[in-house]
Amino acid sequence: MLTPVLSAHWDEADAFTLEGYARHRGYEALTKALKTDPDALIQLVKDSGLRGRGGAGFPTGMKWGFIPQGPEGQGGKPHYLVVNADESEPGTCKDVPFMLANPHALLEGVIIASYAIRASHAFIYVRGEVTHVVRRLHDAVEQARAAGHLGKDIHGSGFDLEVVVHAGAGAYICGEETALLDSLEGYRGQPRLRPPFPATHGLYACPTVVNNVESIASVPSIVLGGAEWFASMGTEKSKGYTLYSLSGHVKKPGQYEAPLGITLRQLLDLSGGMRDGRTLKFWTPGGSSTPLLTADHLDVPLDYEGVTAAGSMLGTKALQCFDDTTCVVRAILRWTEFYAHESCGKCTPCREGTYWMVQILQRLEAGTGTEEDIATLLDTCDNIFGRAFCALGDGATSPIVSGVQLFRDEFLQHVSGGCPFDPVASTVFGAVTA
Amino acid sequence: MDLGLPATTVVPDGVPPLTDDTRREAREIIARYPRSRSALLPMLHLVQSVQGYVTPAGISLCAEELELTKAEVGAVATFYTMYRRRPAGTYHVGVCTNTLCAVLGGDALFAAAKEHLGIGNNETTADGSVSIEHIECNAACDYAPVLMVNWEFYDNQDPQSLRGLLDACQAGNPPAPTRGPSRLVSFKEMSRVLAGFNDGLGQEGVAAGPASLIGLDLARQRGDVAPSYPASEA
Repeated sequence: MLTPVLSAHWDEADAFTLEGYARHRGYEALTKALKTDPDALIQLVKDSGLRGRGGAGFPTGMKWGFIPQGPEGQGGKPHYLVVNADESEPGTCKDVPFMLANPHALLEGVIIASYAIRASHAFIYVRGEVTHVVRRLHDAVEQARAAGHLGKDIHGSGFDLEVVVHAGAGAYICGEETALLDSLEGYRGQPRLRPPFPATHGLYACPTVVNNVESIASVPSIVLGGAEWFASMGTEKSKGYTLYSLSGHVKKPGQYEAPLGITLRQLLDLSGGMRDGRTLKFWTPGGSSTPLLTADHLDVPLDYEGVTAAGSMLGTKALQCFDDTTCVVRAILRWTEFYAHESCGKCTPCREGTYWMVQILQRLEAGTGTEEDIATLLDTCDNIFGRAFCALGDGATSPIVSGVQLFRDEFLQHVSGGCPFDPVASTVFGAVTA
Repeated sequence: MDLGLPATTVVPDGVPPLTDDTRREAREIIARYPRSRSALLPMLHLVQSVQGYVTPAGISLCAEELELTKAEVGAVATFYTMYRRRPAGTYHVGVCTNTLCAVLGGDALFAAAKEHLGIGNNETTADGSVSIEHIECNAACDYAPVLMVNWEFYDNQDPQSLRGLLDACQAGNPPAPTRGPSRLVSFKEMSRVLAGFNDGLGQEGVAAGPASLIGLDLARQRGDVAPSYPASEA
């Protein structure tokens, strides 16, 4: 039921070193890739069915195929690969432990992907708030360079590549690919109007692929195992293995690598379920920007199609599970405060809308709201969704719209009699040490 | 004409000046990138590594080296939350109060931190040793509630462990992070790492913490494995 590939050797003390990685066929995929035609590599990734693991699920090979090649026009400009390692979606915690434990798998994927799209400069844009991950990435780049996997004429192939590890400075919006590119160019991280898309006009207005850490790190295994091997896992349209991050009021929070399409019920059964004496109240399938689900959705296949059919999104597979001690109004207020704080200010619906939604939710949580506030909240969401410049605005409406839909009675209860929940009961340490 | 604006090169007491070395390192950063302006974010981290926050002198240095206006640099510096407008403590403590950590105890931890130190959000103790801030999701939800000190992980905290950690930081004797190097570096030392200067501590510490290994352990117990690579490919 579980299929550890990316996480298969994380329990070895030196998993993050070049030697630790080489022990498990590390950089063999690179040797094989450098003997392969770049277009054939793009086709291989297309054939594997790998879809972006950063949330949107766009086919990775197709993204690579959009890069204009040849000497004419945009194709003649430098090409860039940018790894989105700005993991900040609330609940999402897979790329950070991955880079801590196995930075070389990411780097090998970076080199292969750069070779395929014909980029000689790649960037790993990692969020700044994870110092040790930044160190591990620096070390991996230095070790790979010393081993001849980076630099000029890599292993006699004629292919040159420089990789820069670039630390961000605290801005969730930089996980949005065009905001990330602006940030990497030294500007405020604000999203760009599209089209043109990064594939033709990305970093420095040159052809650019922006891929999530997990997507790129999956590439070496596809090169070694083949497209059919990768596609032998997962479901019809969601191929392969992936990291599911289980968190919250569960007995065993952590990383679970499984084929796409596993269900939350299966994961909870495997891992011992919710904490003792408590039941699952609501959960997010892929971070706070994906609409909330409940115990009614335990058997939803956690693949791109299954979760969409259930009215939410697979997102980053960040399964945040909250039990029946949790106040849903408080939970949604916190997420909304997050979106208001992280809104970049570029567009009015998101900037103003998130601000006002925080005001309303604060009233509701404090027990001073009205029934009309709930209607105003939903109306505000209507005015943000589909009207914001980027997906942050849409994401901000997800917990509110789904939360009111699923728990309207609890919102009404707050209006009539204040919050009925004891926040101490929902902590992991209770009142004993508080 | 004097507009009453603060002089940009004056450095407050106790804040070390930016030196020729700083300028040389800024140019090293610039050399990493195809276009110079890309160096701005790491250069601001570099300024913090010397002065502990983004000073007017730091803004000036970045502007001069990148041929930008100070307004352009200031507009970037104020956009990102990791750039501080006041000096951070030697140990900058972040308590995650995004939904999951808040519910699991982050709110109680942040309240305990403020009470224990007698300071508020984004304030620094009088001795300059510790500053605190409530932070957004730090990608460690499986270790909730999470606390960061100088952006190193202190996983699975409770109010008691938090108070012990704060006392140790104030005494200048903090314990090692749970997933990080064998010693906690200062805010300024950490900022150098983010500026792209390797401090040589990357090979220390665990590969993975216990929660990161839970799925793998379970797979081992159950005998679950991914399909092996086909023989023709291997």
